[in-house]
Amino acid sequence: MAETSGDLRFEGITKKFGDFVAVDDLDLTVPQGSFFALLGPSGCGKTTSLRMAAGLEEPTAGRVLIGETDITGLRPYKRPVNTVFQSYALFPHLTIFDNVAFGLRRRGVQDFKKKTQDMLELVQLDGYAARKPTQLSGGQQQRVALARALVNEPGVLLLDEPLGALDLKLRRQMQIELKRIQTDVGITFVHVTHDQEEAMTMADTIAVMNHGVIEQMGTPAELYENPRTTFVANFLGQSNLIMATVTGRSGDSLVVDCEGQTIEVEASRSHVESGRAWLGVRPEKLTAVPTGREDHAGANVLTGGKVSDVSFVGVSTQYLVAMPWGEELMVFQQNTGQHTPLGHGDTVDLVWSPGHAFLLDAKQDAHAGMMTPEDDE
Amino acid sequence: MATSTAERSTAGPGTRPHARRSVGRWFANRLVLFIGILVLVYTFVPIGYIIALSFNQPTGRSATAEFDAFTWHNWASICEPDGLCDSLKLSLGVSITATILATLLGTLMAFALVRHSFRGRGASNLVIFLPMATPEVVMGASLLAMFVSLGFDSILGFITLVIAHTLFCLSFVVVTVKARLTGMDSRLEQAAMDLYANEWQTFRLVTLPLAMPGIVAAALLAFSLSFDDFIVSNFTAGQSVTFPLYIYGSKLKDFPPQLFAVGTIMFLVSFVFVIGGELWRMRRRARA
Repeated sequence: MAETSGDLRFEGITKKFGDFVAVDDLDLTVPQGSFFALLGPSGCGKTTSLRMAAGLEEPTAGRVLIGETDITGLRPYKRPVNTVFQSYALFPHLTIFDNVAFGLRRRGVQDFKKKTQDMLELVQLDGYAARKPTQLSGGQQQRVALARALVNEPGVLLLDEPLGALDLKLRRQMQIELKRIQTDVGITFVHVTHDQEEAMTMADTIAVMNHGVIEQMGTPAELYENPRTTFVANFLGQSNLIMATVTGRSGDSLVVDCEGQTIEVEASRSHVESGRAWLGVRPEKLTAVPTGREDHAGANVLTGGKVSDVSFVGVSTQYLVAMPWGEELMVFQQNTGQHTPLGHGDTVDLVWSPGHAFLLDAKQDAHAGMMTPEDDE
Repeated sequence: MATSTAERSTAGPGTRPHARRSVGRWFANRLVLFIGILVLVYTFVPIGYIIALSFNQPTGRSATAEFDAFTWHNWASICEPDGLCDSLKLSLGVSITATILATLLGTLMAFALVRHSFRGRGASNLVIFLPMATPEVVMGASLLAMFVSLGFDSILGFITLVIAHTLFCLSFVVVTVKARLTGMDSRLEQAAMDLYANEWQTFRLVTLPLAMPGIVAAALLAFSLSFDDFIVSNFTAGQSVTFPLYIYGSKLKDFPPQLFAVGTIMFLVSFVFVIGGELWRMRRRARA
């Protein structure tokens, strides 16, 4: 058995299926004990990466390491890694107890009975030991799959869309549960998902993957507040992207011309130095104010908007504001009672603080990473 | 409801036509049931004959179609007719050997066809159906020709029978086991490997138990195909006589009534298998 602790590292990992490059020269370090999420749309290479860590797929090039041990060539059963499979892959011919005890028995662990019992208690399934997987609900099967992997105390636990088959309410509950268990046991969790909300809820660190490469890696807040690509800006939450031109610099900020109106963006949030760029602002960072109502000193202002759609969703009101250059921008306003409700056709200024926008490379597709109906599972 | 009131209004008032209609409807509603019962009767009447005639004491040496007198004699003296039990023994020997060989080879072949991609897989998938599609007379004749040209004519018998039976059972085994394997989730094996089971343990603890129902079904099918085969056996048996060949031979001479007893036993054995299997399934479902 290889060394069981240390960071999980991918070094220059490439995986090709025929001509298709699923994972392209991936370098990644998952720190020991962290809850790490690999987030991306289907076909982005996240599951393939996970399977290479498990040993179920062999990389075309590169190395996989745990700590300082190279596990690239090791068979799955020689790796200190366990997997919670998508749709669980529980053994249908074995009882819940035998499913959970499977790994311990294979390794010849003496007190496998007690360990299995303890693990079933941890996932609150101690009364179900004698049942078969088909007699359990989806949520219970999910917990068996988790217990079956966790009981082996692996160096790294891999979770492949573990909550994908559950309904929304149960998924929320399991998200909290998973996070709690991870904090309790302190094992490194690598969680693969296409659900950005799930990744943000649970993970300490998220790596956003697209087309076999990592677009950006960071804490959920970093990724959300300061995305580096249009893909990340659109895939995590929603973004307004406006075509703009960098015209100069003023202190720590870049001066940007946006359809004839001058605004400022913090240099640390600008991923272009000069020329054309996408100006990005999250809808909830924008405030729509009736034209000429207030003095907006120190804030960025875009004038000439006209409310074209109002939808009230309870905690907030979502506006679509048509700008003079023809683009419709989204504005989410919290219903705290501090804002005057706006009506269809009102003329408004859009206001935001300079620390809340970001500048992205104009060559990137403004629609990259947007949810299309067929992606929405 | 809507249709029944509509019918009544078009038929006009009066109780007689109404009554006739409801009798008609009573029949119409049970038509499927009646047909079902008829089909079942049609299936079981010949078997009923066999069972009844196994207790018949024919007046002459040969069995007749009339029930003359009740007797246990046929059951007590199964081996009395010349060669009957020898033919049974040979048939059992051939069938069991051919079943084991065909199940082994066929299961391995099904695994190869489902789990591995290799050059010629598509062709193998197609070719494996050929023995099922070939008319048995043709297969029997060509097998005999082959045995003779290979110089096997002196040993025609058990060995050639086993070779021939294994051959035609093989494709049925492959098809049956393949169906089971295709429906199996390969992630279960990956999960086993992930949980520290090596290749052999994965096969023994996960793959084999899951494939077992298919393999057992295939073996039963192979056995019953082999046991009552007449055509291919007729070509490849040489001087030896299998049970179906024995019955055929008896038809030409005297027909010993003990054959009915053997037939009844064969029916009972398969009946026990079917009922046993059904009970086992029901018990498992009840526990579930």
